[in-house]
Amino acid sequence: MSGTIANRLGRASSKPRSHVSDEHPLVRWLLIAIAALFLGVALLLPLSVVFASALSKGIGPFAAALSTPETLAAIQLTLLTAAISVPLNAVFGVAAAWLICRYDFWGKSALITLIDLPFSVSPVISGLIFVLLFGAQGWFGPWLSEHDIKVIFAVPGIVIATTFVTFPLVAREVLAVMQAQGSDEEEAALTMGASGLQILTRITLPKIRWGVIYGVILCNARAMGEFGAVSVVSGHIRGQTNTMPLHVEILYNEYNFVGAFAVAGLLASLAIVTLLVKKSIEISSNLRARQLARKADAERQSLAPASLRGRDAALAARPNESRA
Amino acid sequence: MTVEVRELVKTFSSGQDVAAVGGVSFVAPEGKITSLLGPSGSGKSTLLRLIAGLEEPDSGSIAIEGRDVTRVPVKLRQVGFVFQSYALFRHMTVRDNIAFGMEIRKAAKGTIDARVKELLSLIQLEGYEGRFPAQLSGGQRQRVALARALATEPKVLLLDEPFGALDAQVRVELREWLVRFHEQTGVTTLLVTHDQEEALEVSQHVVLLSGGVVAQAGSPHELYDHPASPFVASFLGGANVVRTRVQGGRAEIGSRGVAAPHGALDGTQVSAFVRPHEVRLAKAVASDPDLELGTIDRLARVGGNVKLTVTLPSGDAMSVQVTRVELDKLGLQLGDRVMVDVTGAKVFVDDYRI
Repeated sequence: MSGTIANRLGRASSKPRSHVSDEHPLVRWLLIAIAALFLGVALLLPLSVVFASALSKGIGPFAAALSTPETLAAIQLTLLTAAISVPLNAVFGVAAAWLICRYDFWGKSALITLIDLPFSVSPVISGLIFVLLFGAQGWFGPWLSEHDIKVIFAVPGIVIATTFVTFPLVAREVLAVMQAQGSDEEEAALTMGASGLQILTRITLPKIRWGVIYGVILCNARAMGEFGAVSVVSGHIRGQTNTMPLHVEILYNEYNFVGAFAVAGLLASLAIVTLLVKKSIEISSNLRARQLARKADAERQSLAPASLRGRDAALAARPNESRA
Repeated sequence: MTVEVRELVKTFSSGQDVAAVGGVSFVAPEGKITSLLGPSGSGKSTLLRLIAGLEEPDSGSIAIEGRDVTRVPVKLRQVGFVFQSYALFRHMTVRDNIAFGMEIRKAAKGTIDARVKELLSLIQLEGYEGRFPAQLSGGQRQRVALARALATEPKVLLLDEPFGALDAQVRVELREWLVRFHEQTGVTTLLVTHDQEEALEVSQHVVLLSGGVVAQAGSPHELYDHPASPFVASFLGGANVVRTRVQGGRAEIGSRGVAAPHGALDGTQVSAFVRPHEVRLAKAVASDPDLELGTIDRLARVGGNVKLTVTLPSGDAMSVQVTRVELDKLGLQLGDRVMVDVTGAKVFVDDYRI
């Protein structure tokens, strides 16, 4: 996540490529070949196998496998889970990042570590936590059954587990963006008489919107694909508590390879579409930034009042200053 | 609309508990530019943030226009704040940036448009209202930040190293511009800077800070000509420090010596602070053994001025600055023996408690 930001910043500065290494071209090509080979074996090959297997019996069985009621239910549940947990995480993530960035309080570093907890703990254990909390023998189990609320082996459990596992994605991304941008703009708004809510809606949210969008996209991808935690809490009830990843496993275990790979292919496509959306947002925001910069350079001369024209020309000649 | 600060204390809990601001009192006169000058870590920025209300003091009071605002929240203090980083709202146009504070205060659209127009002409950026901050140069951004801070007609304008992020040439231009700008607006202004030249040139009142306390406050020439302490003397004017002794009521420095502080006994150790441009040089004509002669060890022409390093018989190196015209008149060259005369030196008795 921080990598994406570094990448973005690096591109924005558009510095000439440095020549830190001057290895022999052969070494360079060898390294590239190793990377390409690894990418092919570990990523492209499995992905193509998924689609090849899904379509091995032709388009008919593929479409049929996707349109069984159980598959449709799994797709529906996956989309529902993502539709609930992603907005929740967007709100929680922004709130957590805001809290960490803007306030100093006791236990702040502990909170930062806790945000990463869902990533560092195995998803299976994440799922077990909720079984222990909400399961029949869990802490809240008796109370829940008294009130006839089902969490474990039901949709609420799946949503809670997914939300927990994907929590760090938005929070981390937004936190990094907020920390990079500092809080000068918020302080400036404060001195101009803005209230906390006005600062949030008019300054902070527009400022961090790309961070939120990236976080949401990654969070969405992970929410749809989560297996471990969901597997523990779902109970694998067909047509009711099976998400797409769980459904893939069931079909596969039943030797229904076309069905399993068809659902897997669909899931992979969703992931690919997500990444494409992310990439296109990146490209369009970069393009917009570059257009702005070019437009500014072109207009600077023509619009500057005569008294300031000399200075602005001098400024344009010092690109690092004018871009700073 | 004076700003009056009384015994202000602020300690940050993180790290060692040294007071960032340790009991500062001063008055910023109405309608003037007051500089808060000091080296980094002297607490000047913290002081400004305390006045703005962006930090809360541990003790002490702040009054604006005679009204105690120590516990008044930022948004009700009616101050305009300009950050070193400009802090323009990057997703808003120049017009929206300037209009922001007025929109918050629910001013009528017509009023806002008129005020934006007026401010844009004041900062000489007419026609730029549709630009985004990213489309402006550093100097233009800082002018927009100034206009934005003034839009809500604050009682006090607080500038935190406003030109610190700009390069030298733009900084000098903006400094002159700020003086003219202030003449037009007349808003009581507090300017934080570590650049003594900036403080001396721009402001009518200077508060020199060191280690969280006021070292000296007064008009620029008061501080420059009558420094109250060795710190003030060494901070302003880039002075040479020469260690010497008192002999016959005069500190032994240069050809003729300088008047020692009143009451200093013969043999007392003193430090003389000599500014490079206050040293007079003359070519040594006769080899008079009584005269203290120095040697020119370094000579660099910097524009219209010449910077020299003269090594005194004591072994001390002294920086000297003369104009090129002066140097040519004296006919001095590298390696020449010269008579050194210092008249404007500030002499302080060494404090052994340090």
